Amino acid sequence: MTPPPARTATAVSVAGLRKSYGEQTVLDGIDLEIPAGTVFSLLGPNGAGKTTVVKILTTLIGADAGRIEVLGHDPAHDPDAVRAGIGVTGQYSAVDGLLTGEENLRLMADLHRLGRRTGRRRSTELLERFDLADAARKPAAAYSGGMRRRLDLAMGLVGEPRLLFLDEPTTGLDPRSRRGLWEIIRILAADGTTVFLTTQYLEEADRIADRIAVLDRGAIAAEGTADELKRRVSGGHVRLRFAAADRLDAAARVLGGTRDEEALVLQVPGDGGVTGLRSLLDRLDAEAIEAEELSVHTPDLDDVFLALTGTGDEQRKAARP
Amino acid sequence: MTALTHAVGDSATMVGRQVKHLWRSPSVTLMLVGMPLLLMMLFVYVFGDAMGAGLGGGPSGGRAAYLEYLVPGIVLMTIASTAQGTAISVATDMTEGIVARFRTMAIARVSVLTGHVVGSLIQTVLSVAVVIGAALLLGFRPSAGPGDWLAAAGLVLLAAFALTWLTVALGLASGSVETASNVPMPLMFLPFLGSGFAPTETMPAGLRWFAEYQPFTPVIETLRGLLAGTGAGDSVPLALGWCGVIALGGYLWAKRLYGRDPSV
Repeated sequence: MTPPPARTATAVSVAGLRKSYGEQTVLDGIDLEIPAGTVFSLLGPNGAGKTTVVKILTTLIGADAGRIEVLGHDPAHDPDAVRAGIGVTGQYSAVDGLLTGEENLRLMADLHRLGRRTGRRRSTELLERFDLADAARKPAAAYSGGMRRRLDLAMGLVGEPRLLFLDEPTTGLDPRSRRGLWEIIRILAADGTTVFLTTQYLEEADRIADRIAVLDRGAIAAEGTADELKRRVSGGHVRLRFAAADRLDAAARVLGGTRDEEALVLQVPGDGGVTGLRSLLDRLDAEAIEAEELSVHTPDLDDVFLALTGTGDEQRKAARP
Repeated sequence: MTALTHAVGDSATMVGRQVKHLWRSPSVTLMLVGMPLLLMMLFVYVFGDAMGAGLGGGPSGGRAAYLEYLVPGIVLMTIASTAQGTAISVATDMTEGIVARFRTMAIARVSVLTGHVVGSLIQTVLSVAVVIGAALLLGFRPSAGPGDWLAAAGLVLLAAFALTWLTVALGLASGSVETASNVPMPLMFLPFLGSGFAPTETMPAGLRWFAEYQPFTPVIETLRGLLAGTGAGDSVPLALGWCGVIALGGYLWAKRLYGRDPSV
C-alpha cells in the first residue's frame, strides 16, 4: 500500500511549470498555489493549455521543467502517492460503455480495493446521488451525454479523493445538466474536497470558484477572486443613445466620455450607482438634452477574459474610455 | 500488502472487466471464430478429397485424411484470429477515456494489459473448443490419448499467450482501431505459408524455406503429432522456443508502449 499523502494546507503548488511539444511551447512558466479545501478554476480559451496542466498534475504526462507538488508529492517522482489522493473527470467521458453504470462504479471500487461490501454501498450511494439509480443496470453506452458525464464524475468520487480534477466538466451539457453539476461541485467543496476546475465558461468560474486563474497562450494572465479580477478592468460605463448628432455633441460637451458618431452613442465612465446616474441625468436635464435610451454596463468576467486573453482588442478599447 | 498482490488483485479486476465484455458482445467472438470455421469447411468439402489423395489417402478415404491434416492449422488460425480481436479491443480501449482514467489511479500499471491477455486466452479456449467440436462433427477422429490432449491444450494456450502479447503490443502501437484491425491480418495467413494446409515438401524452394522456418510450422507440426497420437515429434524445442521468444518480445514491447509518456 502506498503511504497516505502527507497532510498539507496546500493542495497544489506549482512554480515555473513548462511544457513543449516539439517546437511548440504549450506552457511557458506557470505558477499556481491552491489552498486545500478551495475551489480553483483555470479559465482560458481553447488551446490555452488547460488540459495540459491537468494532465501533468494528474500524472498522465511529464513536465519539461518546474517544481510541482500535488497533495505534497511530486507527480514525476512519486506518481502513486499523488494518484492515491486524486479523482479525475476528463473532457471525454472516461466510462466503459459496455459495462452498466453500476458495474462501472463497482470496477472503480475494486480498483480502489474498497472490499465487496463497502464497494457495493458506495456504488449505490453514488447512483442515488447522481440520479442514476434508474439506469444503474443499463450499459453506459446507452446513456445520454448528461448521464455519462454524471457517471464519469461519480466514478471519480468512488475513492473519496481529497483533490478532484474536473477538466471542462460541463462542455457540451445542456443548461439544466450544467446547473446540476455546479450544485454537486458546491456540495463537494462544502465537504472539504479541493476542486481543480478548468473551464472556458466565465459564468461557471464566477459561480463556483473561490479563486480564478486566467490561462492564455501558456501563461497565467491574471489570478485572483472573481471580484479582484473584475476590478482590474475599468469596464463600468453608462451608454446613452441620442436621436440626433447635435444632441450627441451637446451631451459630449457636458459629460465628456467617448462618442460613437455612427450609432449616436455616448459612453460615460461610471459604475451605475443610483447617485451617479441621478446626477448624470440632472446635468442632461439642466441643458435640456434628451437621451433616447440609457443602459448601464457593469464589468463582468467577460470583460476580464477578453481584455486579458487578447482575443477582444475591440472590447478592450470600448471598455477603456 | 505487497506490490505483487496488488498486481494480481488489479489484474483479476481487469480480467473480470474483459470477461463481461466477452459476455456482452458474443457476436465479436462468433465473428472471430467464423473465418477459421468457414475455411475448414471449404477446404474439407471442396478440396478435401483431392488434397487427401495427394497426402496418400487414408483408411477412410481422402477427405477424412485431409481433415486430420488440416485441423492443427485451423486451430492456429483460430488463435491468430482471436489475437487479432485482441489488437482491436486494446486499440479501442486506448482511444477511449477509460484507460486515461486507469492511468490516474494508484493501480498496477500492467493490470490493464494482463486483463486483455487473460480475457483473450479465455476467448481463445472457447473458440478452439468450438473449432474442435465442429471438426468432430465433420468426422475428425483423432487418436490422441489423454496425455496427448493435455499436452495439445498446453501448447494451444502457450501459442495463444505468445500471439496475444504480440497483438496487445500491435494494438498499442497502431494508434487507431482501423490500423489495429489490419496490422495483425498477416498472422491469419501464416498457417497457409507453413504446414497448415499442405506439406511444406510440396512447395517451391523459396516458399518452402520460409514455410519450414516460420514460427507457426513447428507449432502446427507438434500439434499434429499430438492429435494423431504419434507423439510430439522433434519440432517441440523449436515450437516452445518460438512461443517463448514471441511472448517475451511482445510482453516487453507492450509494456514499453503502455508505460511511455503519451506526450513524448
